[in-house]
Amino acid sequence: MSATDASARPGPPRPRRRASQSPGQPQGQGSPRSQGSPSADGAGPVSPTGRAVRRRPSWRRTLRRYLTVGSFIGPALLGIAIFLIFPLGTALESSMHKFGILDAPGTWYGLGNYRYLLHDPFVHTAAWNTLWFCLIMVPAQLVTGLGSALLLTKMRSASSLYRTIFFLPALVPTVAGVLAFVYLLKPGVGPVDTLLGKVGIEGPLWFNSPSWSKPSLVLLAMWSIGNTMVIFLAALLDVPSSLYEAASIDGASAVRQFRHVTLPTISPVLLFTTVINIIATLCLFTEAAVAAAAASGAATVGGGAASNFGYPQESTLTYPLYIYQTGFPQNLLGYANALAIVLFVVTCAVLAVLLRRFRSFTEGAS
Amino acid sequence: MTAVIVPADTTREPAPAKPRPSGPVGREGLLVFVARHAIAIAIIVCALAPVLFIVLTSFMSPQQSLSNHYWPTTWHFGNYVDVFRKLDMGRYLLNTLLYAILATGFMLISSVPAAYALSKLKWRGRNFVFLVVICMMLLPPQITTVPLYLWWANFHLTGTLWPLILPNLLGDAFSIFLLRQFMVTIPDEYLDAARVDGAGEWRTLLRVIIPMARPGIAATSMFMFFYCWNDYYGPYLYTSENRSNWTLSFALASFHGLHNVEWNLVMAAAVITVVPILVLFFFAQKAFVQGITLTGVKG
Repeated sequence: MSATDASARPGPPRPRRRASQSPGQPQGQGSPRSQGSPSADGAGPVSPTGRAVRRRPSWRRTLRRYLTVGSFIGPALLGIAIFLIFPLGTALESSMHKFGILDAPGTWYGLGNYRYLLHDPFVHTAAWNTLWFCLIMVPAQLVTGLGSALLLTKMRSASSLYRTIFFLPALVPTVAGVLAFVYLLKPGVGPVDTLLGKVGIEGPLWFNSPSWSKPSLVLLAMWSIGNTMVIFLAALLDVPSSLYEAASIDGASAVRQFRHVTLPTISPVLLFTTVINIIATLCLFTEAAVAAAAASGAATVGGGAASNFGYPQESTLTYPLYIYQTGFPQNLLGYANALAIVLFVVTCAVLAVLLRRFRSFTEGAS
Repeated sequence: MTAVIVPADTTREPAPAKPRPSGPVGREGLLVFVARHAIAIAIIVCALAPVLFIVLTSFMSPQQSLSNHYWPTTWHFGNYVDVFRKLDMGRYLLNTLLYAILATGFMLISSVPAAYALSKLKWRGRNFVFLVVICMMLLPPQITTVPLYLWWANFHLTGTLWPLILPNLLGDAFSIFLLRQFMVTIPDEYLDAARVDGAGEWRTLLRVIIPMARPGIAATSMFMFFYCWNDYYGPYLYTSENRSNWTLSFALASFHGLHNVEWNLVMAAAVITVVPILVLFFFAQKAFVQGITLTGVKG
């Protein structure tokens, strides 16, 4: 929409034109202009006066303009073509083939891979595991992140110290964090089980039990919540304090203030964070792979028969892990591509929720 | 969450016009104060305990690291030497630095101009390209894994880290996004002034935008560096069959099973991967936090 307006007057002489043509406008150049810029700008040149004064775009000028823009964005466009569009197209095309790494084009298989996918019990397990993480892990992250951010906004003393320490786990590299948790939650002799034993509780087998391995990963995710917390903290501090004052004058309790003032105000950030966390959970790979390998105590390297994805009993076999497993250790590349295309469709559905609010991203561009 | 609501609930009574008590004011205020700090301290214990255990275990003897002792009975500082001797940490460290530094440098070369074009230049299709960049940033990497792996195999680059480094020359979607969010906040007046003075777009970028966007560039570089440092999937995909090109994160995940290595050495290796990140963070904390804030878009 705004893109076409922009191209209608391709030349860069924007400042000069503004100086000569619209003496009333320059005051509006600051923040108010930058907000509704696309529509406001689009309306400008259509007005009769604007049309009269506008300099004619010569093709030479247009070409130069495109070359300039291209010199900035060109490499990125090439990157999009090579690393997004090309592989997506290839994945779609080769998902209809049967092939391994040595017989690259393979034989045409039609929708066979997709038909097989529907009846593959591992796909069901992997999809269920990933769904489980989306339903349990994402809310757990959001509640922890929002809860600790709320707590930080209420702290008057030492809040910066608390903030730094709350954030600290997010800095620990993922693999190191997973290993620390596997060690902490070692069945029987791990520090947590020892502590539980002192209180008289027999700790579960954590990462070694099919029913506790997923909750253990949730604990890990709640631990490294720092980034979400910082985003929520910024959003909470942005809520105008006058709203709280008005609410407390009206006698609203803290709970009601939270429900009727805080939540509505931060809801865009809440939506954004939810979508981002769901997508991050859809590609949950490292945590599940490393936890399974470390807990089972076997080698991770090279896949093949030694692969222990999903240990124990496929309870941590996430969908991306299964894509990797079919693609590389099992060498069913066509099938892996079919699985990837399904993941792509699901991700796009989630993304659609976010992109309906796309305006909030483009807002503020000049 | 309830934890926050419960103490705050006690402040329902005070006189309407008076602001709510903030510090330890009065008896109820004191209760609230104590409750909040108790919760905060509990969170701190949970946040720090895993880190503390990594450090403590890294000083234990192999036998002790398998027992249920918290505190090392004898301190084995030699573990840190052993990690380099037995596990080839030096090579992994070098590989990781090569990956992280080259990727960050390449990313800056390509992504800063792209972010400028997406925030401060006007052209047909700009919003659409930005939309594609957002999609690219959010799509799971596993979707394009197989085609890209085969593509890199054509160039005989699988088994090395180059398939992870080279794409950054053509822009990194997340970095472009973040840099753009920073540049959007720079007022247009500065650009207009530069243009009136006859500066071309590249000159404007180099002389006006880059100096002003320095915190944003710092934050983006740090994110990129952290990302590479932490990356597990990429090195797993491309270098798992070639031990000489492993990175720290990947090697760390493989130690435990591979050599039946004792936990104390694994934890010492973990400390070595954590420390540089912590040091970097404490030098550039402000830019870093500001960067995270910008990723959470205000709607």
